[in-house]
Amino acid sequence: MAFEGLTERLQQAIGKLKRKGKVSESDVNEVMREIRLALLEADVNFQVVKDFVKDVRKKATGAKVLESLTPAQQIVKIVNEQLTEVMGQEAVPLQKSEKIPTIIMMVGLQGAGKTTTLGKLALKLKNEQHARPLLIAGDVYRPAAIDQLQALGQQIEAPVFSLGTDVSPVEIVRQGLELAQEKKNDYVLIDTAGRLQIDQKLMDELKQITQLAHPDETLLTVDAMTGQNAVEVAKGFNEQLNITGVVLTKLDGDTRGGAALSIRAVTGKPIKFIGQGEKMTDLDVFYPDRMASRILGMGDMLTLIEKAQQDFDEKKAAEMQEKMRENSFDFNDFLDQMEQVQKMGPMDDLMKMIPGMANNPALKNFQIDEKQIAHIKAVVLSMTPQEREQPDILNPSRRRRIAGGSGRPIQEVNRMIKQFDQMKKMMSNISKGNLNGMEGLLGNGLSGKMAKMSLNSMVRKNKKRKLKRLKKLKKRRK
Amino acid sequence: MGFFEKIKQAFTGEKPAEPTAAEKKYDEGLAKSRQTFGDKLNSLLANFRTVDEDFFDDLEETLIESDVGFETAVKISDELRQEVKLKNAKTKQAVSEVIIQKLIELYEQEGADEDAKLHFATDGPTVFLFVGVNGVGKTTTIGKLAYQLKKTGKRVLLAAGDTFRAGAIEQLAEWGRRVEVPVVQKPARSDPASVVYDAVKRAKTEKFDVLLVDTAGRLQNKVNLMKELEKISRVITREIPTAPQEVLLALDATTGQNALTQAKQFKDVTPVSGIVLTKLDGTAKGGIVLAIRNELHLPVKLVGLGEQLDDLQNFDPEKFVAGLFGGLLQSTDADQQQE
Repeated sequence: MAFEGLTERLQQAIGKLKRKGKVSESDVNEVMREIRLALLEADVNFQVVKDFVKDVRKKATGAKVLESLTPAQQIVKIVNEQLTEVMGQEAVPLQKSEKIPTIIMMVGLQGAGKTTTLGKLALKLKNEQHARPLLIAGDVYRPAAIDQLQALGQQIEAPVFSLGTDVSPVEIVRQGLELAQEKKNDYVLIDTAGRLQIDQKLMDELKQITQLAHPDETLLTVDAMTGQNAVEVAKGFNEQLNITGVVLTKLDGDTRGGAALSIRAVTGKPIKFIGQGEKMTDLDVFYPDRMASRILGMGDMLTLIEKAQQDFDEKKAAEMQEKMRENSFDFNDFLDQMEQVQKMGPMDDLMKMIPGMANNPALKNFQIDEKQIAHIKAVVLSMTPQEREQPDILNPSRRRRIAGGSGRPIQEVNRMIKQFDQMKKMMSNISKGNLNGMEGLLGNGLSGKMAKMSLNSMVRKNKKRKLKRLKKLKKRRK
Repeated sequence: MGFFEKIKQAFTGEKPAEPTAAEKKYDEGLAKSRQTFGDKLNSLLANFRTVDEDFFDDLEETLIESDVGFETAVKISDELRQEVKLKNAKTKQAVSEVIIQKLIELYEQEGADEDAKLHFATDGPTVFLFVGVNGVGKTTTIGKLAYQLKKTGKRVLLAAGDTFRAGAIEQLAEWGRRVEVPVVQKPARSDPASVVYDAVKRAKTEKFDVLLVDTAGRLQNKVNLMKELEKISRVITREIPTAPQEVLLALDATTGQNALTQAKQFKDVTPVSGIVLTKLDGTAKGGIVLAIRNELHLPVKLVGLGEQLDDLQNFDPEKFVAGLFGGLLQSTDADQQQE
């Protein structure tokens, strides 16, 4: 996941500070140097880094921090606040035109992912707002760019307007807008060819399109892997086209994504969306505060929770919690939970969202084989209903039968049952609010503590929601 | 130090021969990269007052900003700290010379046994496999390279191995039409390894000279996609044991530190033999070339300098580095004369 490297370095730097009882001026200097190098290594623009470190230092050298008992935590807090500030305080939604259509234009360098993002955005609008978007194929230069947009249009079932490659993009947009008027499309998304911000001829073409279409949103698409150059690109496009926002693509790679920090700081324009995956649904709203806690190794708990909320069937969740309280966690729940988890996406992605997991050395090369989950499922499905509800009756003879039925070796069945027992224990602990057993899992030191904090808060939130639900249920029954 | 002297001489001594059209194009394409790199170092030196910690911080930043790579930048400034002490360099002239010397030394030393040439099979078809993350310019590079190889009289075949991205097959087919070379293709979403298998078969039976294999862009941390690439590479080698003669990793010149991770991970699954550095005509700083050499130990074999058919050039490292530092050496010499 993006930003992992930055997290590691920041934690290392602050870890050094933590070991000391008292923090001197020169200690702070060293930590600042580490923070600075960490940010530079993460491709954050050097000027942004300079200002950032200056501000953090100013706050950190204040008497309060040095005299406090927990200087490390103080610095984490300052860095966290500063990061959030640089990346913008909160998520900025898409601007909407008062009269339809809302016009969105994608611009950017070659290969940044404009066309793909356009398709994803159209699908998002369709799914969330029941929009009827029209896509305009304005890239007449790259071979088969129009074919690409048409293929995407077919996939997401949205109409694509194109006039081939012999007509100027300005004319294509003009006619496309007329068609949108006629068909009453509420969103018009314009794809443009990739271009360098210093290519005057092509930039003029974009200006002409802007004058003609007056887009409500001009979104600059930037590859999250971009280096120091990101700032120049963002500046160039912003100065000439006055962009309204940024889409950061390919964040599902292992880039440290410092570009996110720089672009916001240099242009002042918000990052609105992030692309993180090959599927058409893989476009998410950018939350600066969440990204900041992710950088600090607090895990992207909020995203995880939200994802779980979307995918986790409310009713099933309620049932599960009921059972958790009664401590009657059985194989049916185990199976169900596994299916819920699978629905949320690839396991290793999910693991990394859990606080403390992102940089847990034990999990560094940890990859969960999707097949393994299938195997476990096969084992459970080979049990009789009675065995599933009363795991205690699983004697060696039954285990042998299950091994035969699921086609897995007996050792694996045994291991699985053992894991189930552990999970059962953990579930009862969590439902009682007892997290001590999990401390080892989350790692020691600062990162572990922070992870525990956010896990605790998740549990608290879960409980709150549960209580609300239970109240609601009671009311309804009355 | 021989290389350093050589370059220095070349720039202070006699004028080079009149450049050919191709060389001119190459020079123009890289002019921006050089200029920005040289400018940055020059402005750093112009603000130079004394050699202190701040200066080294600034130097580190300048180098990182020029994309020479994080490790290289730290390494150079650390070595420079030593060097400056040893040689007691205090004047602007002395310091700048030490910096440039260090850069060139490092460049020469790290790249001692690199080979920037493209290798062809002595017998039977040659296979070039193109790999890289999404949107770096693999397909475009193949189109340009096919055009160039065809011009030299080679029979070229293309394989549309990107069956995943919408429109990718059409994109390569369009290049095939423009350049007039055949393209082996299958419907979208079919197994890329089978496309490649068919292409290799056809290249063998119809006696093509060169087969250029396109693949879908993939991020290096996607295990399954990397496995798919491994399979493609395996299929090629199974059919022609000496192939692929080249596995070329396409890198976007604007990519930051992640370029290094990309190269490492792609190297793990396929025998990457060289780099195609694309989009070098932008505002990217030429420093990336130094980073690639110092940290990756992979030769840059081709550079993409624009959108036209003939904008793909063979990379000449000596010439590039001469261009990169030439201006700096001249200006320090001018300073010397003034003083």
